[in-house]
Amino acid sequence: MATAERALRLPEVRTAEERGFLSWLMTVDHKRIGVLYLLTSTIMFAAGGVEALLMRTQLIRPDNAFLGPKAYDQVLTMHGTTMIFLAVIPLAAAFFNYFMPIMIGARDVAFPRLNALSYWLYLAGAVILYSSWFLGGAPDAGWFNYVPLSDAFSGPGENFYILGLLLTGFSSIVSAVNFITTIINMRAPGMSLMRMPVFVWGTFLWSALLLFSAPPFSVALILLLLDRIAGTGFFVPAAGGNALMWQHLFWIMGHPEVYILAVPAWGIISEVIPAFARKPLFGYRGAVIALFAITSLSFTVWSHHMFATGMGPVVNDAFMVTTKLISLPTGALVFTWLLTLWGGRIRYTTAMLYAVGFLPVFIVGGLTGLMLATAPADLQLTDTYFVVGHFHYVAVGGILFSMLAAAYYWLPKMTGKLLDERLGKWSFWVTFVGFNLTFFPMHLSGLLGMPRRIYTYSPLLGVDVYNLLSTVGAYVLGVGLLLTIVNVVRSLASGRKAGADPWDARTLEWATPSPVPAYNFRVIPLVRSRDALWYEKHAADGDGRVRPSEEVAGAIHMPGLTYLPALLSLGLLVAAYGVNFKLAWLAALGGLVAFYSIFRQMFEADRGYLLEPRGESE
Amino acid sequence: MSSRPLEALQQEEEEREAALHAENVRLGFWVWLASEAVFFASLIGVYVALEGRSVAGPTPTDVFDLPVTTLATLDLLLSSLTMVLAVVSMWRRNQGAVKLWLALTALLGLAFLGFQATEYSGFMRDGLLFNTNVFSASFYTLTGFHGAHVAFGVAWIVGLLISAFRGHLRPEEAHKLEVAGLYWHFVDVVWIVIFTVVYVLGTAA
Ligand code: HEM
Ligand SMILES: [Cu+2]
Repeated sequence: MATAERALRLPEVRTAEERGFLSWLMTVDHKRIGVLYLLTSTIMFAAGGVEALLMRTQLIRPDNAFLGPKAYDQVLTMHGTTMIFLAVIPLAAAFFNYFMPIMIGARDVAFPRLNALSYWLYLAGAVILYSSWFLGGAPDAGWFNYVPLSDAFSGPGENFYILGLLLTGFSSIVSAVNFITTIINMRAPGMSLMRMPVFVWGTFLWSALLLFSAPPFSVALILLLLDRIAGTGFFVPAAGGNALMWQHLFWIMGHPEVYILAVPAWGIISEVIPAFARKPLFGYRGAVIALFAITSLSFTVWSHHMFATGMGPVVNDAFMVTTKLISLPTGALVFTWLLTLWGGRIRYTTAMLYAVGFLPVFIVGGLTGLMLATAPADLQLTDTYFVVGHFHYVAVGGILFSMLAAAYYWLPKMTGKLLDERLGKWSFWVTFVGFNLTFFPMHLSGLLGMPRRIYTYSPLLGVDVYNLLSTVGAYVLGVGLLLTIVNVVRSLASGRKAGADPWDARTLEWATPSPVPAYNFRVIPLVRSRDALWYEKHAADGDGRVRPSEEVAGAIHMPGLTYLPALLSLGLLVAAYGVNFKLAWLAALGGLVAFYSIFRQMFEADRGYLLEPRGESE
Repeated sequence: MSSRPLEALQQEEEEREAALHAENVRLGFWVWLASEAVFFASLIGVYVALEGRSVAGPTPTDVFDLPVTTLATLDLLLSSLTMVLAVVSMWRRNQGAVKLWLALTALLGLAFLGFQATEYSGFMRDGLLFNTNVFSASFYTLTGFHGAHVAFGVAWIVGLLISAFRGHLRPEEAHKLEVAGLYWHFVDVVWIVIFTVVYVLGTAA
């Protein structure tokens, strides 16, 4: 009886994972989900980049008529919204998904199906936002979508902004729950919290930030949606509502958002610099504490975006102080990296160039941030190009550079092929020069009073030459980024084999074959130190191989494939269009599909399958 | 694969995996509830921020019926108790009691939804439509989201009840019931905050 029952429950045995096209729709493997994230966010990044080039082309000379004001507003809004929500957050999610579980010595995340759900929800959000171009016009109220620009009387595009970001917000919360649980529960034996790579701490804090900042923003989005389709007046002063409430709810998410973008970047830099300086990270403990301090403080500073709304000197001062306080732990982080470089045996690979290039531009972005955090100065600078210059120094120079460092560092692990170093170095220098040429002049045109978010400017303002430089720079920057894409394509087609550990690196992912097999580790590793792989290479009793935590390697239990996550997000996508077009039946249909897939998922046991790898020596 | 020791190892491995999965579900659910808590805190914050700012229409004191709402609150509290009893029965491996308490919890949940339906229709008759004023909008949004959570919880509990009758809810899977219980208590606590802030304090002033 007991054996019969067990036989019934025993999953089937396979010798390889499934590979076809459909398996991508049904996969729950954190690495393949990471690859999906990486592909989608790269495409979104390209879309945001094209939008940026359209704007810069319009701004190449005064009184230009390339894009009219209506088109400019849409392109501007879509650029900001795309870059933040559809390109950079998911780009971070791509690397977190792929590498965090491997770095803690796990086989997968805690909830593989929820992980797939996160991806499909993100894709649905992106589809909604981008379909707006074909369904009456894109949102045009700026990425922070202030009322009354976005109220019931404004264009149809704002609905797509609202519904799209509700879905991506939901996606972020699901990821956050998953990553936090994974990091707390799934670490390999010996991987104590203070042995975790800083990148994993970054994943943890990124998740915490999303977990607490996405819900207030979702509330704001829902209320605005109701104002627009149900005739309520939450943000309508004439009806007793409060327009400023949108700004508060937005920035309670919006400022932590800055750190949601930055924390992954810092995590990456904290991996790449030690790997190529061939030294452990200086002051690991301090770096972790600093990251915690920044994360918690980031919830106390949001109103520095609202100095000009007349909150009064007391409130302004309070937010000025909290904001400046954040610069202390941030400064400490910068010293962590500088002192890691100090005395290191540095190898300037392309990844390292991007990581080191990150440092000066990030510092510039931080310093202009301190200028803006000074309320009296901000009253002069807010809504000028100085702000645009400031946050692109952080967003492009800081965050994008670190993502490129990550790509050059980790892609060989993901694809098994090396990238071309010569082409890589070219890409770095072209990108670096193009970047500074684009964004440095913006500080000057801003100081001269050029307002941001305006489709053109007068020759009398005296900012022509700065704008010309910016536009030329933007094209140079575009070429630099293209060189990286070319490099990746060439490496996929004909790159040299990477091998398991091409950089002589420090952390666990380099102890697995490249590309990483479906089960990550044949046997779960035993972690004996921080920088687990480096330790085994250099400890007196180490032989260069990470030790297994168990003797026997049986068949590996893998989670089964499922279409339910994709179906759930398809249901929500359909429901969102139903709401958008006020088609109750369509909304109900989508809702039913979503409801079905949730309940199916809750009450269906996943038996998974047993994987018995053939000819695997690792 | 067919040799004995491997088989035994496999079984051990399976049990360890199941235990880890249960731990993950418990922890993950707490983390999820943290974000739910922020969600409801924001909705309540909006309600308070807009309180007393309506320019027209019925106000809270015109429509609220405190005694009835108090009964509904007691009903929901009681359902938390029956939920606790269901979980405890599960730990004691008493399947019959699990079914009984789950059924009672679902019924009490349904009763609460019934209360909410009559409350809403009464308010509508008093002329308080969804978009009548900012009070109605924020009230219906807040309590509507809460009600939707109750409805989801009832569906969940009914699902568990069906599994229990089919014999799928085994004592080793107590975590499935525990997280449903956690959810149910959370929804209950949110209601107590709503009851205090919206109904009691809202009419006291
Ligand atoms: C890759 C090269 C990029 C270029 C050439 C570029 C260029 C621009 C330009 C010209 C504007 C319009 C300024 C205005 O009219 O006020 C803008 C706005 C903006 N950009 Fe970028 N950008 C780039 C990358 C990024 C990245 C990586 C991010 C975010 C992570 C980003 C986020 C934003 C945001 C949030 C806005 C403001 C939109 C708004 O005001 O609603 N950009 N960018
Ligand atoms: Cu901020």
